[in-house]
Amino acid sequence: MPTLDIRDLTVHYAVKGGTLHALAPVNLTLHDGDFMVALGASGCGKTTLLNCIAGFLPPTDGQILLDGRPVTGPGADRGVVFQKHALMPWLNVRDNVALGLRLRGMGAAERSRLAEDKLALVGLEKFADRAVYELSGGMQQRVGIARALASDPALLLMDEPMGALDAFTREQVQEILLRAWAKSNKMVFFITHSVEEALFLATRLVVMSPSPGRISHSYNDLPFSRQFLRDGDARKVKSDPEFIRLREEVLSHIHHREVAHG
Amino acid sequence: MANIQPNPRVKLTAPTKTSAFKVPGEGPSVLISVVTVLLLGLLWFGVTAMGWIKPLFLPSPAAVFQQFMEYLTGAANDKPLWEHLTASIFRVFSAFALAVLTAVPVGIAMGMSRVARGVFDPVIEFYRPLPPLSYLPLIIIWFGIDELPKVLLIYLSCFAPLALAARSGMKSASQEQMHAAYSMGASYAQVIRHVVLPSALPEIMVGMRIAIGFGWTTLVAAEMVAANVGLGQMVLNASNFLRTDIVVMGIIVIGVVAYLFDLLMRAIERRVVPWKGRM
Repeated sequence: MPTLDIRDLTVHYAVKGGTLHALAPVNLTLHDGDFMVALGASGCGKTTLLNCIAGFLPPTDGQILLDGRPVTGPGADRGVVFQKHALMPWLNVRDNVALGLRLRGMGAAERSRLAEDKLALVGLEKFADRAVYELSGGMQQRVGIARALASDPALLLMDEPMGALDAFTREQVQEILLRAWAKSNKMVFFITHSVEEALFLATRLVVMSPSPGRISHSYNDLPFSRQFLRDGDARKVKSDPEFIRLREEVLSHIHHREVAHG
Repeated sequence: MANIQPNPRVKLTAPTKTSAFKVPGEGPSVLISVVTVLLLGLLWFGVTAMGWIKPLFLPSPAAVFQQFMEYLTGAANDKPLWEHLTASIFRVFSAFALAVLTAVPVGIAMGMSRVARGVFDPVIEFYRPLPPLSYLPLIIIWFGIDELPKVLLIYLSCFAPLALAARSGMKSASQEQMHAAYSMGASYAQVIRHVVLPSALPEIMVGMRIAIGFGWTTLVAAEMVAANVGLGQMVLNASNFLRTDIVVMGIIVIGVVAYLFDLLMRAIERRVVPWKGRM
């Protein structure tokens, strides 16, 4: 059972006239099937944390262990979905999803089959032969999700993947993401600055606050994503009194911190 | 969303009218260009037919066309047009092909390594703005007067824009695209091969278009070097005898051929990098 163990992770950036404490010591453990959402205003270190887990950014101090092995750089065991989809426009949809498998040396027939499986998971199996620039923003983001799943990573890292989508597309992609997650049961680390999105998707939620970036509140065992997967009714989940109560509570955490620092 | 059907026949062309407001440079311009060319031709015909300008300074369209026909049929007191044309095309294209084969790797190396950039940057930046005519004497002294110096002169004029385009194209891949490849387990070499090089292609194609243009521009200078055949030589030779009709005909042929090749390059560009400017 894969786990992600973050121990005393600290990141300092050298800036003009001193150091910026981007991330104070952060401790976090993720288990198989956890959908963890990190929520916070700009500058709270959530992207820094994700970049460290992805291996793009070396930490100043502390350790990240994936199944007991320290993370030293980016690798196929951690799939990343970016805010801007970061697809390759010279490849069609199928070849974009299959790129990681191709890099690993998998044969053409097998990687096409796997890519089509992942495309079916996000509802795009009919678009395999299309050029990525012909797709809408929401579809491109779904291709990005299928691509991240194709390498069968232990952990899915998502950096505000819905940030550039309109409200309607955003809800649709959220639901597709939850269904894909339920089928693969992977660990997910998801960044957003939307409280509603955070509560809807997360099984575990951490609220982060800035200067220095740290986890200020955490919620475990949030029920809403599982409720949605059981009933298939997103509106019902989001209008649930408990959902609304938690939404206001989390918002007050965020605003409180911002007022205290403003 | 399951009922959205992909429609392969959807053509993605820019609509001519995109807004109720005025957008700078909006709308088609082909008809205007055709009218302009026709008007210029008419003006040319008019001023020569009325005798306002002597044929020595500007020959009539009919005289130029007659020269064209004579050269085409081989009736002229010179080699036929196709011999000049093939000689020039051979020079421009062998120089261009050599430049593509060498300048693109040099530009890629400049984009990848500080050593290559340090070595090539001063050399290219120094000779790039020099007029080819200024170093032509040196090339003649070093390489003589047969085909080599001609091809070399055109090659040099193609090399710089190609190398610079390839170098700047190496910066086209976004950080997210490279991060995405690394997080799929790519090695550095794979990131270069599968992300950086493909995303450099649009700029390399633009560099190729600019380079072939420079190649044609340098053609006449190159054929000043003791050539006995070639479009540039044909024009130079005619100018020695004040045959402006042949000069104008030669200029038009060079211009039209260069333009046709640019159209060809654009068509190739659309095929090779259809995604250019779409992401």
